[in-house]
Amino acid sequence: MGFGTGAACAIQLNSSLTQAEKELYQNRTVIQDILQNTRTIAMIGLSTERQKASYFVATYLLAAGYTVIPVNPKADAILGQTSYPDLRSVPVSIDLVDVFRPAADCLQIVQEAITCRARAIWFQLKVIPFSAAALAREAGLATVMDLCVKMEHGRYHGGLHAAGMNTEIISAKRAQPQGRL
Amino acid sequence: MKAERTFGFDTRMVHAGHIPDAATGARAAPIYQTSSYVFYDADQAADLFDLKRYGHLYSRISNPTVAVLEERLASLEGATGAVATASGMAAQFAAFMTLLEPGDEIVASSHLYGGSVVQLTYTLKKMGVIVRYVDPTDLQAWEQAITPRTRALYSELIGNPRGSVLDIQAVAGVAEAQRIPLIIDNTIATPYLCRPMDFGATITVYSATKFIGGHGNSLGGVVLDSGKFDYSHFPAIAAPSPSYHNLRFFDTFGHYGFLMKVRAETLRDTGACLAPMNAFLLLQGLETLSLRMEKHVANALTIARYLEAHSQVDWVAYAGLPSHPQFDLAQKYLPQGAGAVLSFGLKRQGSEDVRLRSKRFIERLQLFSHLANIGDVRSLVIHPASTTHQQLSDEELEACGVGADLIRLSIGIETEEDLLWDLEQALRALSS
Repeated sequence: MGFGTGAACAIQLNSSLTQAEKELYQNRTVIQDILQNTRTIAMIGLSTERQKASYFVATYLLAAGYTVIPVNPKADAILGQTSYPDLRSVPVSIDLVDVFRPAADCLQIVQEAITCRARAIWFQLKVIPFSAAALAREAGLATVMDLCVKMEHGRYHGGLHAAGMNTEIISAKRAQPQGRL
Repeated sequence: MKAERTFGFDTRMVHAGHIPDAATGARAAPIYQTSSYVFYDADQAADLFDLKRYGHLYSRISNPTVAVLEERLASLEGATGAVATASGMAAQFAAFMTLLEPGDEIVASSHLYGGSVVQLTYTLKKMGVIVRYVDPTDLQAWEQAITPRTRALYSELIGNPRGSVLDIQAVAGVAEAQRIPLIIDNTIATPYLCRPMDFGATITVYSATKFIGGHGNSLGGVVLDSGKFDYSHFPAIAAPSPSYHNLRFFDTFGHYGFLMKVRAETLRDTGACLAPMNAFLLLQGLETLSLRMEKHVANALTIARYLEAHSQVDWVAYAGLPSHPQFDLAQKYLPQGAGAVLSFGLKRQGSEDVRLRSKRFIERLQLFSHLANIGDVRSLVIHPASTTHQQLSDEELEACGVGADLIRLSIGIETEEDLLWDLEQALRALSS
């Protein structure tokens, strides 16, 4: 089947965000912009364990063609990628900071993300740090909260559809050719 | 132009789940008649088996044609996703197998399709699962049947064949208070007449063979999940799964966790997958669901009224009639119509056995097909007491809500007057 980016409705999600918060932090245009314009993703709290959610996401994002930089002080390398203890130690420029850490750690992460001039920050499912997210937005970072970057990418690139999930994307336009996934 | 739009039911019915593919632009959903899918490389193969990338690897687990049906049904249902199965029986079994462990219990409505009763009573028992049946119209009975081992509540929205309507909102409240899912078999209503998740149901199951496919040509089923239930305390979905490298489905896939486990474990192990050709035929039927249902329910209400007024008819059970005990619930949950399945009994005449009388009536019908199914575009009739339930005594039949005199009709989309003509000529023949 084809994949596309046609008009879409809000997906049914068990999110504690209000409608107004969803418009700020789960905005479809912001998400598509991040997915399209990101090359390098720093994953804060990427686990070394194969059955952890973050490991699934990293595997997927690497396969999707992104450069993934693990940020985990307890690891030297994850999935063949050199790991760094914190954002400031990462020697290349970062487009997206993807956060797999508890809400309490997020303020500091946002401050570091601002310092290293990341374009966007993404707090994964169930990571809901309101004040940190507000700070990120004020600093001009595209900000997403309580969603999964893998699921959202899969929503627009056919993966979620293949798994029988409701992408809520409806379009009669012929899909554009896509890369491997 | 704003990219956000909430599309209507009829638009979803013909578009959801299928975007024309880049390679061919085929407008109709292509039939991917293949068992398996070539990998790009060894890494992709490993990642697919590990659920770390999405994609098709073997049609027992997923198939592109089946995926169109799955997403379309999820879209129509307001669900987070769907898993299609070989039949409706396979769908409910997949839901149970995924949620239940030996020693667990479920509380189920006693007004179920006979095949479901047998599956719950005997086959689930073999798995060590205990089923407690309750009168679905008795809210207290639901509450009282729940024990610390109860893992789910199960009911049909419109009971087959007596047409009892479940007070979904009330029973969903009971389930929510116990933090267990309410599973609804919504086969008779279809998502066009009622979407149980809008009233608090967690999981819905369908026999897609019936009104969804609608043409009596393909078996199929589907399991859907609302995505709103918190499975974090539900061991079967949250705990590490020994059958998938100790994967924690809820942790890893969040609101997709239940459905991912249905697909990756239950479908993998039971093999009860939907064939791509059947998925195509069910999709073809689904594209006219709203149009068919309008005619089905309009015909059904006319016939229910006609039968109720007929001197040869003793009683009619159809929730669209004010005489039905759940008429008010039908008005609330099924405002567009109470489905197209109804049952009735003939008046006893002298000493004639009512089974024989019902048999004579069915044999005189010219336009109703005598067979064991519901939800065909053609009208159908069956007399459970002389067919599917013939080995039961009159007392046993009464106990399961199927009296010796019960005749079940599934009303099709034929010309209304022709159906009335057929019933009238068969009823007249009884008195001659």
